Order: sequence, then C-alpha cells, then structure tokens
Amino acid sequence: MSLDFWIGVGVMAGIYGIFTLGLQLNAGFTGILNFGQAGFMAIGAYTVGLLVTGPGWSLWAALPAGVLLAVIAGVLVGLPSLRLRSDYFAIATIAFAEIVRYTLQNAEFSGGNQGLLGFDEEWRAVVGWMLARLAYFKLENRTQLPLLIVVWCVFIVLLTGLAALQKTPWGRVLKAIREDEDAAASLGKNVLSYKLQSLGIAAALAAIAGFFLALNVTYLYPTVFDPTFTFLGYAALVLGGLASYWGVALGSVLFWALIEGTRFIELGLNGGQQAALRFIIVGLFLIGLSMLRPQGLLGNRAEMVARS
Amino acid sequence: MNPTALSRPLMVLAGLCAAAAVLAGAFGLAAAGQATVNGLVAGSYLGLGAIGLTLVFGVLRLVNFAHGDLLTAGAYFVIGLSALGLPLSLAVPAAIGGTALLAYATEVLVWRKMRSARAGTLQLFLTAIGLALVIRFSIQFVAGGQARTLGVDILSSVEFGTVRLGLMQATVLGVGIATMAAVGMMLRHTTLGKQMRAYADNRSLAEVSGIETRRIVVATWLLSGFLAGLAGLLYAGAIGTFNPNFGLTLLLSLFAAAILGGIGNAYGALVGGLIIGLSQEWATLFFNPRWKPAVGFAILILTLLLLPQGIFGKARRKS
Repeated sequence: MSLDFWIGVGVMAGIYGIFTLGLQLNAGFTGILNFGQAGFMAIGAYTVGLLVTGPGWSLWAALPAGVLLAVIAGVLVGLPSLRLRSDYFAIATIAFAEIVRYTLQNAEFSGGNQGLLGFDEEWRAVVGWMLARLAYFKLENRTQLPLLIVVWCVFIVLLTGLAALQKTPWGRVLKAIREDEDAAASLGKNVLSYKLQSLGIAAALAAIAGFFLALNVTYLYPTVFDPTFTFLGYAALVLGGLASYWGVALGSVLFWALIEGTRFIELGLNGGQQAALRFIIVGLFLIGLSMLRPQGLLGNRAEMVARS
Repeated sequence: MNPTALSRPLMVLAGLCAAAAVLAGAFGLAAAGQATVNGLVAGSYLGLGAIGLTLVFGVLRLVNFAHGDLLTAGAYFVIGLSALGLPLSLAVPAAIGGTALLAYATEVLVWRKMRSARAGTLQLFLTAIGLALVIRFSIQFVAGGQARTLGVDILSSVEFGTVRLGLMQATVLGVGIATMAAVGMMLRHTTLGKQMRAYADNRSLAEVSGIETRRIVVATWLLSGFLAGLAGLLYAGAIGTFNPNFGLTLLLSLFAAAILGGIGNAYGALVGGLIIGLSQEWATLFFNPRWKPAVGFAILILTLLLLPQGIFGKARRKS
C-alpha cells in the first residue's frame, strides 16, 4: 500500500466530505432529505468546465459562477418541492439528479458521454508551483499532494464555518424546524425560506466538491456525477453520525478508507465484480447502520430520538 | 360511492382516447397507432410495477426505493434459471415466484425489525436505498453489467393492418392486460383484496374492525414482489436487451405512475402506469426517442407540483 494510494483516498475523503457537509446541514440539522446532491455537484462542475473551455473564462472566475448556478438550481428545485411532504421532496430531488444526469449524457453542449477536457491548465500551474515548494520535503513526486492539501484546507474551513453557523440563532431555527415545523412556523419563522437557505448552501457545497472532483479526474463525464453517488455521501454521513459536523470528517475518512481498501481484498474477481462488490458493501453498510446504530459513531442519540 | 369516483376514470379514458384521435389526425393513423400500441405495452409493465410500490406505501407507509430492483431481479432470475437448464415455461413462473419470495425476505430480514424499532424517515429511506444497492449490484456481481436478452424470439412479429407488433410485445400486451384485470378483480372482490385496500386507506380503522395486520403485511409483500417480477419480465420481453440498471431507470416512472394515481391507490397506479406509458411513446412522435425517459420525469415533477394527491386522490388527512 503505497503513500500515493492513501493520498488518493484522502483526496476523495476530502471532496466527498465537502459534499457530505451539505447533506449534514439538510438531513442532520434541517430535517429535509436532499437526495439530489449529486445533481448539484454536476451542475457546479460542468458550469466551470463549460465556462473555461467555451468562452475562455479563468478557472478562478468560473468557480463562483458554478457555485452560483448550483444555488440557483437549488432554489428552483426547492421552491416548489419543499412545500411537499418530506417523502415527496426526496423523490423530487432524486428525479432532479436523474434529469441532470440524463441531460448531460444526451445533450450537445455537455459533450455527452465523451466528456469535457482541457479546463484545468491554471490548476496545473498551481500544482507545479506547490510541488516546487514541496521539494524541500522531498515530496515533489507526490503529484496528488497539492490537491490533498487544498481540498482539506477548504474542507476544514467550511466545516468550522458551518459548525459556527449552527450555534447562531439561524442555526437554532433550523433545528427547531427539524424538530417541529408547525411549532417553528407558529413562532413566526418562515419555514420555507429557512429550508431554501439550507438547500441552497448544500447546493453550493456540492458545487465546490464538484469543482475539486473535476480537478481530480481531470475530465468531466456524466458517470462521475451519477445520482447513486449521493448515497455514498449518506453512507459516510450516517457512519460519522447525524447532527455532527466533525462526524462528517470522521465518517468520510473511515468510509473512503474502507471502500478503497476493498481493492486489496484478493478474491480473484474481475474489474466489474470488484466494482459491484464495493456497492454491495455500501448497501449493507446503509442497512446495517440504520438498523444497529442509526445515530452513527459521533451522532447525538438524544437529537435523533426527539425527531420521530 | 359518490358520482365523481366513477366519472374520473371515464374522464381519463376519454382524455386518452381524444389524445390518440388528435395524434392520429396530426401524424397519420399508422404512426399514431404504432405509438399507441407501444404505449399500451409500456403502460402494462409500468402499471403492474407501480401497484406493488403503491400498496407497500399504503399498507406499510414505506417508500420502497428497492422496488425497481425487484423488477430487475425478476428478469435476471429467468436468465439464471435458464442457464441452469430449466425450460422457459418453468423458469418464468419460478422467477416470478422467486421475486415474490425476495420481497417477502426483505420484510422478514429488515422491515419487520425496522418497524418494531420505530425507525425514522431517514433510516427507512437509507435502508431501502441500501437494499436497492445490494440487490442491483449482487445481480451485477453474478451476471455482469453487460446487456442481456431473455433468450426468446424477439424477431417474429404480427401485423394488424399498418401496425406492426413484435410477437413478444403482443404477448406482453396480452399478459399485461390479463394480469391487470385479474389483479383488479382480486382487489375488488376477494376478502383479502378488500382488506388490503381497507388497510391502505385507513390503518387504524382497519385494525379496529378486526383485520389481521400480519396477514395483510405478508400478502402485500408477496403480491408486490410477484407483480414486480412479472413487470420486470414483461419489460425485458418487450424491450429485448437490458442490463442490471433497468429497474432503477424504471423506478422514477413507477413513482410517477403511483403518485399520479394517488399513492396507496392500486387502481390509480394501473391508470397512472398507462398514462405514463402512452405519454412516453406519444412523445416520440414529437421528439427524438432518446428523450423518452424525460417525459416520465416531467410527468412526475408536474404531478408533484400540481396534483400531489393524484388524479383519483382525495386530499389526505395528516395521520
């Protein structure tokens, strides 16, 4: 098991950690079941890719544009569907993610299944600069290390920011909505507006994760943003624990170490079977955690019991 | 029974006939007729698939995200049993029975325990999604992800005037309509069917009037799995080639059918399935056929926004 391999695992854990922070905000703190996070991630990543390869925007200008578009998508999806019952909202968000995937696969502008290339030159310049500095530590050959450092810095900043936000009156209103929507509404809180803000922030986080995922895979194609990946985020979320932002970091690291670690199980399987096995494990994981320890490792049981 | 309960299905039927007539005028009888027949074929597997989804919701208050993968299981059981040397005439009923047992197994192994632990919505959803992943990727693990066929004759066709129908599709249509009628009769006239509908409609009232919960739950899972297996086979037969993801791709159309018909309402699911199937095929007269699934999504979204209680539904009381 080489260092490069574990750097790669760390990159995925960080990217999906950012992604899962949004799920924590929605499912853990607001009580809305956003199952379309992969769709927001795709919108963010493709906006960046298209703006750079098409009109020739700078990568750094394209990132906020991608985030903005994902937030707009979040509001557009949420505005009608957050009024619905929670199970219908979940179905509507899955439908949204499927629509995004379907459009990317079939539309002209996205390059279809061939994908989108050549948007990361500015990033590679940064990587070169960082690797030159890392040469002090004889780490200049670890080509993924710069991404690992940047992703985790961003992840930690976002995590502490969200944790601080959760302690504000705004964060307490979200929790009140999670516990009892009608009670929050009766206190004069605009429940829909708060839910929309929660969904919009989650979409922004997904877009940032999508940006890093695009840099990691170096080209964009629809299967990278398959709606199923939302549930990898949920698996990490319930592993780390509901209603705990630090649980997201822990769950993400453990989950990706476990999933990538299955590569080392030598069972004489072919590539397809190996990939299938990983998803079987994810599935068993979701079932087992929900049945045995629904609050996860760091989750607060008291916060969960109050909800149902 | 109030008069609107009877007139709504008639209105839907009239609307569909009118749409067919308009399309026949605009695109010619041959093209519109072909699309309509294809739509009925699609409607039969969507309708049958959606019944299980809607009944499980009605009886158990469970949104079963694994339902689409039960359809996949039905088709792949046939492939597996054929590979073991079973003739198709035995493999098909065995596969449908096997899917019913698989659905029942999820109840015994997972759902019963989740209910007694009083799991929250998120736990139930994630468990259902976990089950969906386990079923789908177990199939992929054993059978591989490549495209498959049922190994039946899909080339022969029959012609009715200008409309051509594959022999398989004709079989699908026949079996589909016969099963829909049978299920409708079963729900309407047998004691079990009445109890299931009563239970789906109002659980506490049904329990008070002495309906045995356990029996209804078991029957719901078996019927749901049976129809899912059959619907999966019908889909596989009508489409020809498929891969382990087909159940997942159908799931949103099944949700659309169930919600359109009013979730928990078994007849509604049948009608919803027909509407979705016909709309998707009629849409091919206007758009490139590759956008066909988008029609299902669009109907799902529009229903959720405009008519969340469904075409036959009454506004539901909060329970």
